[in-house]
Amino acid sequence: MSILIIAEHDNSQLKPETAKLAGAASKLNSDVHVLIVGDVSDDVVSKAAKLHGVSKVLVASHEVYAHQLAENTADLVVSVAQGYSHVLAAATTTGKNFMPRVAALLDVEQISDITDIAADNTFVRPIYAGNAIATVKSEETIHILTVRTSAFDAVPDDGSADIVQLDTVIPSAHSVFVSASLTESERPELTAADVIISGGRGMQSGDNFSLLEGIADKLGAAIGASRAAVDAGFVPNDMQVGQTGKIVAPQLYIAVGISGAIQHLAGMKDSKVIVAINKDEEAPIFQVADYGLVGDLFDILPQFEQAL
Amino acid sequence: MKILVPVKRVIDYNVKVRVKADESGVDLTNAKMALNPFCEIAVEEAVRLKEKGVANEIVVVSIGDKACQEQLRTALALGADRAVHIEADPQLSSLHVAKLLHKLYEQEAPQLVILGKQSIDSDNNQTGQMLAALTGLPQGTFASEVVIEGNKINVTREVDGGLQTVTLTLPAIVTTDLRLNEPRYASLPNIMKAKRKPMDVKTAAEFGVDLTSKVHVVNVAPPAQRQGGVKVADVAELIAKLKNEAKVIS
Repeated sequence: MSILIIAEHDNSQLKPETAKLAGAASKLNSDVHVLIVGDVSDDVVSKAAKLHGVSKVLVASHEVYAHQLAENTADLVVSVAQGYSHVLAAATTTGKNFMPRVAALLDVEQISDITDIAADNTFVRPIYAGNAIATVKSEETIHILTVRTSAFDAVPDDGSADIVQLDTVIPSAHSVFVSASLTESERPELTAADVIISGGRGMQSGDNFSLLEGIADKLGAAIGASRAAVDAGFVPNDMQVGQTGKIVAPQLYIAVGISGAIQHLAGMKDSKVIVAINKDEEAPIFQVADYGLVGDLFDILPQFEQAL
Repeated sequence: MKILVPVKRVIDYNVKVRVKADESGVDLTNAKMALNPFCEIAVEEAVRLKEKGVANEIVVVSIGDKACQEQLRTALALGADRAVHIEADPQLSSLHVAKLLHKLYEQEAPQLVILGKQSIDSDNNQTGQMLAALTGLPQGTFASEVVIEGNKINVTREVDGGLQTVTLTLPAIVTTDLRLNEPRYASLPNIMKAKRKPMDVKTAAEFGVDLTSKVHVVNVAPPAQRQGGVKVADVAELIAKLKNEAKVIS
């Protein structure tokens, strides 16, 4: 039996999550196929075909799939999924949107946000905001999984898969894309960055996030935020790191003015090295930080930028 | 329009959970329980739609043991009109919850179902999407804004790159993100009034849904603990440590 992974892309580029999905699939010792659903560039297809360990790329490219609406994406995935033992999508907002729909249409219980594969039918996933780790065993004949991509390594791009065009066109009648407002940024994507510097309520205003920018530029870092900073309107919601935002595991995570609530820690505590900068030395963030600096961030940040 | 709002009883979000010593699960004995925060936002949104004159009836439903009636009373105090309690194992999988909700959907025929995007205990983020699949309805997940116009609903969704707006034909399923609204507090008079609002009690068996699960928990373990770190005196020491000790910057 083969494994099907659903490519993560934005129509023009293949996202790094896809190579990590292939990394997760490689733990299953089976033939891996990639399904691309969208209105995609040739570049997306050719990059997917180069993923190590992938033998076939199935391409459903049509304008009806351009926004990967859950309704028709799920129907298409269901039409392809029969015969596969595992179907994997990234636990991004796209994957979380269509995969449970796929699972229900197949009458299968989905296992969300897996962080490890212990056996062909046994998967590991965090629950309770990462405060407990559940290992679950499934007797389903097809395993519908979303994958926490930060927990898996990307495969290299030295493969050469066959490319198969699919001609199934499923329109989306009851759900229509209207508009998107995406945050423009030249910095690395939060979920793929090696270094992240995040600000919390202690930043006091959106303008003060500029204090993080100089440091981010010098470290090649992405900028994140806590829910408090997003709710206070300092920064847009797609910068939120935490249980309900993005889950990240960079080499270095610098938390500035973030107290370290359970929900925030859920999104970053698998980072390799954590630095906390906070004026409250009792802040819970110091319990997970490798290096803590107690002090006023408005003094520390300019010094930090200058010293780099 | 009638709105159905499924709600879940979960451990309070501030509680630090403890894994049981036998690794069979999380210890919920004497733990403070509450309405799942995302469900609270779903109730609030339904109440706001009623206050705007868009909705005329709000039905809340919870699936679980008898204790979840407490959370249904909370939802009634927040402004829901009546409640349905479906007695079942509180640990049901999302698929089985969605199947029970599907049956209730057929009985109640609401125009809109609003759910939270995920429960903070199992962190699945599945039920709303599964209910949409079973009912064949369109879905607006992770909503941060909903606007109803005639037989359509515009849902602004929180997606990884920013925001996305979709238009769905009603009836539809919506799941709430944190920024959809700020839930109100129930006032004492409303808490008193909620005690007299109707609550139907049904059993899962009445719905004729097979609730046998094919996914079994092998064990639940505490997460790996991080090593306690050190405090540094100043920026110079921090940078030196990051360069020479942790080697994460060059």
